Amino acid sequence: MILDLPFIWAGIIAFAVLVYVILDGFDLGVGILFPFVKKDIDRDVMMNSVAPVWDGNETWLVLGGGGLFAVFPLAYAVVMPALYMPIILMLLALVFRGVAFEYRWRTKRWKGVWDIAFFGGSVMAAFMQGIALGALVQGIEMSDRAYGGGWWDWLTYFSLITGLAVVFGYALLGSTWLVMKTSDDLNSRMRRYSVRLAVITLGFIGLASLLTPFQDPVYFERWFAFPGVFVSVAMPALVLVAAFLLFRGLWDDKDVQPFFAALALFLLCFIGIGISFYPNIVPPSLSIWEAAAPDSSLQFALVGTVILVPMILGYTAYAYWVFRGKVDPSEGYH
Amino acid sequence: MLDGFSAETLARVQFAFTVSFHIIFPAFSIGLASYLAVLNALWLKTRDETYLKLFTYWKKIFAVAFGMGVVSGIVMSYQFGTNWSVFSDKTGPILGPLMAYEVLSAFFLEAGFLGIMLFGRERVGDKLHMFATAMVAFGTLMSATWILSVNSWMQTPAGYAVNDVGQFIPENWWEIVFNPSFPYRLVHMTLAAYLTTAFVVGAVGALHLLRDRSDKEARRMFSMAMWMAVVVAPIQIVAGDLHGLNTLEYQPAKVMAMEGHYDSYPDGAPLILFGIPNAEEKRIDYAIEIPKLSSLILKHDLNAPLDGLDTIPDEDEPPVGIVFWSFRIMIAIGMGMLVIGAWSLWRRVRGKLYEDKWLQRAVLLMGPSGFVAVLAGWITTEVGRQPFTVYGVMRTSESLAPVAAPAVAASLTAFIIVYFFVFGAGTFYILRMMNMRADTKKLGLRDGPIRTAGITPAQQCNDLQTQPGQ
Ligand code: HDD
Ligand code: HEM
Ligand code: HEM
Repeated sequence: MILDLPFIWAGIIAFAVLVYVILDGFDLGVGILFPFVKKDIDRDVMMNSVAPVWDGNETWLVLGGGGLFAVFPLAYAVVMPALYMPIILMLLALVFRGVAFEYRWRTKRWKGVWDIAFFGGSVMAAFMQGIALGALVQGIEMSDRAYGGGWWDWLTYFSLITGLAVVFGYALLGSTWLVMKTSDDLNSRMRRYSVRLAVITLGFIGLASLLTPFQDPVYFERWFAFPGVFVSVAMPALVLVAAFLLFRGLWDDKDVQPFFAALALFLLCFIGIGISFYPNIVPPSLSIWEAAAPDSSLQFALVGTVILVPMILGYTAYAYWVFRGKVDPSEGYH
Repeated sequence: MLDGFSAETLARVQFAFTVSFHIIFPAFSIGLASYLAVLNALWLKTRDETYLKLFTYWKKIFAVAFGMGVVSGIVMSYQFGTNWSVFSDKTGPILGPLMAYEVLSAFFLEAGFLGIMLFGRERVGDKLHMFATAMVAFGTLMSATWILSVNSWMQTPAGYAVNDVGQFIPENWWEIVFNPSFPYRLVHMTLAAYLTTAFVVGAVGALHLLRDRSDKEARRMFSMAMWMAVVVAPIQIVAGDLHGLNTLEYQPAKVMAMEGHYDSYPDGAPLILFGIPNAEEKRIDYAIEIPKLSSLILKHDLNAPLDGLDTIPDEDEPPVGIVFWSFRIMIAIGMGMLVIGAWSLWRRVRGKLYEDKWLQRAVLLMGPSGFVAVLAGWITTEVGRQPFTVYGVMRTSESLAPVAAPAVAASLTAFIIVYFFVFGAGTFYILRMMNMRADTKKLGLRDGPIRTAGITPAQQCNDLQTQPGQ
């Protein structure tokens, strides 16, 4: 084989997860910020800023899961039972927040209930994703092509930290998104929130980066031995640049810059995690090549992916373009 | 509450519960998406306001149903891994790519164009809006195609080999995708979705006709729905019959259970209309049967011999009771739909379609029947496949994930509570919208004069003040 199909696929899955984190990140973030905005009209605007796109955003999660099932079935079969509780809780949370988009327009008496569902579902989903990430970084015990640990193994101080980190990080994405999409009062409020959230998020990034190398000696070596040490120096520098752009944008009344700077922060963290993981797909010991499906499966799926993913990116971008600009409070079809 | 059940039983109940909830929404949204595309096209062509009003009305109902379909579907795609991880590891190389294609070619299409279809007519103009609407409809059909290919492969596996770690590996993708039962299942399920939707639309039309015979939108939707019943119900029966013949060829034990044939009939098998399957004694008690008719239907020969479950080893037998009953429920509903179609045609020819109150009452009563038939059909299919997940090759008991029974019990309980709560509320909202006339301006309840019990006028004023424009 000339092409290293498992390697290519690892890249594609990583890409899908990254797109998911970025897109659903701000959309969950909007839900996390919901209770901090009291006026009904503002809440309507917040929700309408994501209503046309949330379903598409969540589809990347389905692609992440479905893609794993397709090309790394063994990884899927090991990770899902290992993270049984966080995954089920995340799914239930997504149920609540997903239906809230329509339900809250359909009732008066229960509107409060669906506002809480939207908020609670968003927080819970974000927290569980963070926990799942932390548990993965810490490593998953395997015995003979199956998960070998207990059903509480995912719960550690480290995974709680990554859980909180993701909640605040998504809230930052949400608030900078709203800086971009709203005007007046709501806009300046989101600007204020963004500053605070940025500080907290950076704190968590620092903490998690410090702790990660100690989760597994392999990580330690990768980050502090030659040549990884270069990256170890470069990463914090780049994070600082992104943080600088973020704060500058917020203080200079820029609308778009803060959001993209926050995305850059996420991208850098993501690359960092990738460096820690590689060449494993499930740390500490299941490699990309061991987990991969046979080449004929990878090939078959790749053909469609190469053709369809650019199209998807195209019409997704188009949908964002159609709904570009500030949200008009009187628009909507309800 | 769930102590004492094995993890396997609990995982099966959980899968059956969540997938049964899920399929209710696709069955409706596949049909409704196509209906919306037709309505929009007719509006653009004729510029008859009735079509536009119907489009706007059903669009809002669609949005709620679709949302429920999406969230219940996301649960499904992860449940293979959480509860059936051994199954995932073994079948992943084959089923995974098919599901990946579903995501890429269907889910993204639906989701990408849904926003434009719901919110975007003013922003993109009529032409692109029509395109988006058509893409949503096309996406739902693509989704049905791929997932039914997946399910059909599990029923009638083809085109595979098994490698040294026990995984199914693809040999021939064409044979995998177009496995023997796939074409039948695809046709039968798509028609089922169309019929289900037709009867819901018809029932809503009937409801409003019963209240006001001159309601223009109600007349239009009632008429459209009855045409669907006339045309599709008979086709569905033929398709179902062909599907059954295909099943007889590839999964004979399932047909034996459907027919209630515990014993073999060397010279002509009877068609058992009703009876009570007695699993212990392995016979049908109180059977009402028509001699030799089963052989006629299945073999097209009155005297053809038919094997019964006595030819199947006990450990490979599906549970007869459930399959026997669910199959009959589906057939009865199919026949009922046929009768309604014929009745409406007769009244239409007489020019009395909108006057016959008894027809309207009957259609109203049949409104939910499609959902019942779809569930009954799937239960026949899935329970009849037991005790295998991949028919004849991999047993359900070998598919389970290494999860502890208490974990599954906890998640099952959570699913039951959450689903009844969330989807119960959604169903209530949908019914409440259906209860309003199609020319109601805003179906959202935070405006307009609709006053539900318990909401004081004062509260309503407050709401109106904080809700300008909504
Ligand atoms: C015959 C049709 C059919 C069948 C048998 C199934 N589905 Fe489904 N599914 C659909 C037809 C459909 C649909 C019409 O395409 C939905 C309904 C609402 C929607 O958004 O798309 C959908 C939604 C939907 C979604 C959400 C997609 C999104 O994010 O937009 C997922 C992940 C699944 N399904 C997965 C499954 C799985 C794993 C199934 C098998 C157990 C399954 N579906 C059975
Ligand atoms: C959507 C409509 C469906 C319904 C209502 C349905 C219903 C059921 C039911 C009732 C069972 C339990 C059978 C038993 O334990 O006796 C079951 C099992 C199962 N079904 Fe389906 N099914 C549907 C579609 C699918 C599809 C499309 C797939 C594949 C993608 C699938 C895969 C499975 C699997 C893996 C099981 C394993 C558990 C078991 O065999 O008990 N089902 N289903
Ligand atoms: C009276 C005529 C009908 C006949 C003879 C018929 C026949 C069948 C048969 C034999 C199966 C099982 C196939 C298998 O598992 O191998 C089946 C499944 C099914 N039926 Fe029907 N059916 C009829 C009417 C209906 C109606 C009216 C609906 C719904 C509106 C429906 C919905 C389904 C569904 C959803 C399935 C499961 C999916 C599948 O396997 O295709 N059927 N039908």
